[in-house]
Amino acid sequence: MNSEPRGAMLFTALIALILTVLPLPTYLALVRPMFLVLTVLYWSIASPRAGGIALGFFSGLMLDVFQSPVLGEHALALSVVTYVAVREHQKIRSKPAFQQSLIVFAVLVAYESILFAIDGWTHHPITSPLRWTHTLTGAIFWAPVAAVLNATNDRRR
Amino acid sequence: MAFGTGASSARGGSPGFRFTIYAILSIIIMFLDQRGAYLEQIRYALNIAAYPVQLLVSSPSTAWRWVQESVATRDALRADNERLLTRNRELELRSMRYEALAHENDQLRGLKDALPPVAERWLVAEVVDIQLNSLRQRVLVNRGTRNGVFKGQAVLDDKGLLGQTTHVGPWSAEVILITDPEHAVPVQIERTGLRTIAVGTGDTASLALPYLPANADVKTGDVLMTSGLGGVFPAGYPVGRVVEVHRDAVQPLAQVRAIPFASMNIDREVMLVWFREGHPAAPVTAASGDAKAGNSGMQPQAVPPRPKPAAATATPGQPASQSTKGAAAAGQAAGAPSPGDAAAAPPAKAPPPKPATKAVQEPQDAEEGPPIEEDMAPKPEPKAAPPQAAAPQPAAPPPSTTALFARASATPTATARLP
Repeated sequence: MNSEPRGAMLFTALIALILTVLPLPTYLALVRPMFLVLTVLYWSIASPRAGGIALGFFSGLMLDVFQSPVLGEHALALSVVTYVAVREHQKIRSKPAFQQSLIVFAVLVAYESILFAIDGWTHHPITSPLRWTHTLTGAIFWAPVAAVLNATNDRRR
Repeated sequence: MAFGTGASSARGGSPGFRFTIYAILSIIIMFLDQRGAYLEQIRYALNIAAYPVQLLVSSPSTAWRWVQESVATRDALRADNERLLTRNRELELRSMRYEALAHENDQLRGLKDALPPVAERWLVAEVVDIQLNSLRQRVLVNRGTRNGVFKGQAVLDDKGLLGQTTHVGPWSAEVILITDPEHAVPVQIERTGLRTIAVGTGDTASLALPYLPANADVKTGDVLMTSGLGGVFPAGYPVGRVVEVHRDAVQPLAQVRAIPFASMNIDREVMLVWFREGHPAAPVTAASGDAKAGNSGMQPQAVPPRPKPAAATATPGQPASQSTKGAAAAGQAAGAPSPGDAAAAPPAKAPPPKPATKAVQEPQDAEEGPPIEEDMAPKPEPKAAPPQAAAPQPAAPPPSTTALFARASATPTATARLP
């Protein structure tokens, strides 16, 4: 292991960004997990020094450009998420898959709460309960996403 | 080794420190973005960075469309051609009639030169990326500042109003659709002239008109047009059709639903339109609007001054002409009583020569008006004010106009109710 898997990290983040903003039919778009958040979470836990909080911040900024009324809200929320993940990465890494999913669910709820609060403060409130569905699907998708990312990570090493 | 300060200090501080830096940075960005146009340059640069990804994202559907088009059979093409020719003939016939009408209209208005159409030029743009869900209804089109596109530009399709541009990059622009939950468009009911606001619902087939009072004259089948207020859209463009009117005895407001004419979810090409400034139907902007230019004495005022009774009877010159205009608008807006009805209403204690002036100019005068007028008058005020503030439109309309019309539309209704 001569270096951190930066290339794989950036590549998977780009793929995840594309998956996150890919236009889908309405019903699929509503249950689509935030792949980019999951990917950033994975890299923060698996390889906290490769990207760290910078990865979260800049991924969030890209998300802001694509789907945010105010620049910086995803950046802030994703910075918080990566910070928590980087701090607790050893504890999270040692947990079994199911418990990891639960942790991811909690993190995603916190993430969406931050967005919800900022949306409210900046007068773009979206109060539909549908905005929370991605937290649940994100928790469900965590295991497969982590498995796929593990594969890329292993091959790089 | 534990992941602590020792391990990470090589890359500039502990995670806590770096988190603080990034969090503060995000908050500063949000603050600047929220406060105004400080970040337009950064947004512009980020749009450039995002555009390749957006193109990539749209490539599967583009490829599929290309395949579909290239394997279209000769028969299908011929049928298509036939249909288009027929359509073209129809439109030509209609436009012949339109020119005659335009000429007649000019004569009626007494203008020397024929007015040019309000749309000066337009540009066809292709939809690159779409976001249609209940939270956001946006499309990305492949034209940007390089093509002269600006922020807050009206976007139409061949059937009606589609939306306006929100963020403009060099080669692309984001369009917020009129059905986005955050979008509101000032509209007018074609049949009655009643002005209100149409708010997006997050569904491509639905607009809500939440600020109509329960006794407003609106019914299924009414056509909504842009009213020209708001500074973005010109007057008279079709928006949608009312399909559902629900009146609840308990609710002070009617629940009205409309279907937009524009086909949001199947459009591949949209039209960006530039409007002639100074045209009567052009959107009133803050810079060129009547509120700033022109004779200030002729402008409607947000809070009408309370003239002394003696002065009101003595000088019927300018205020009288202004009030007749206002009263006419009031009668038209409310759809029901003519100015004569308002004048005949008992509570108008105004002097006989110009009773309508009282109704329009001093609606909030407690001594003059009956108490019910006090109750009724404030209600339609929120109808105009909050959505205007919430609407993501760069140039708010002169608030004075809206306020006057809102009040004017309320007053005759209130007085008509009394007997």
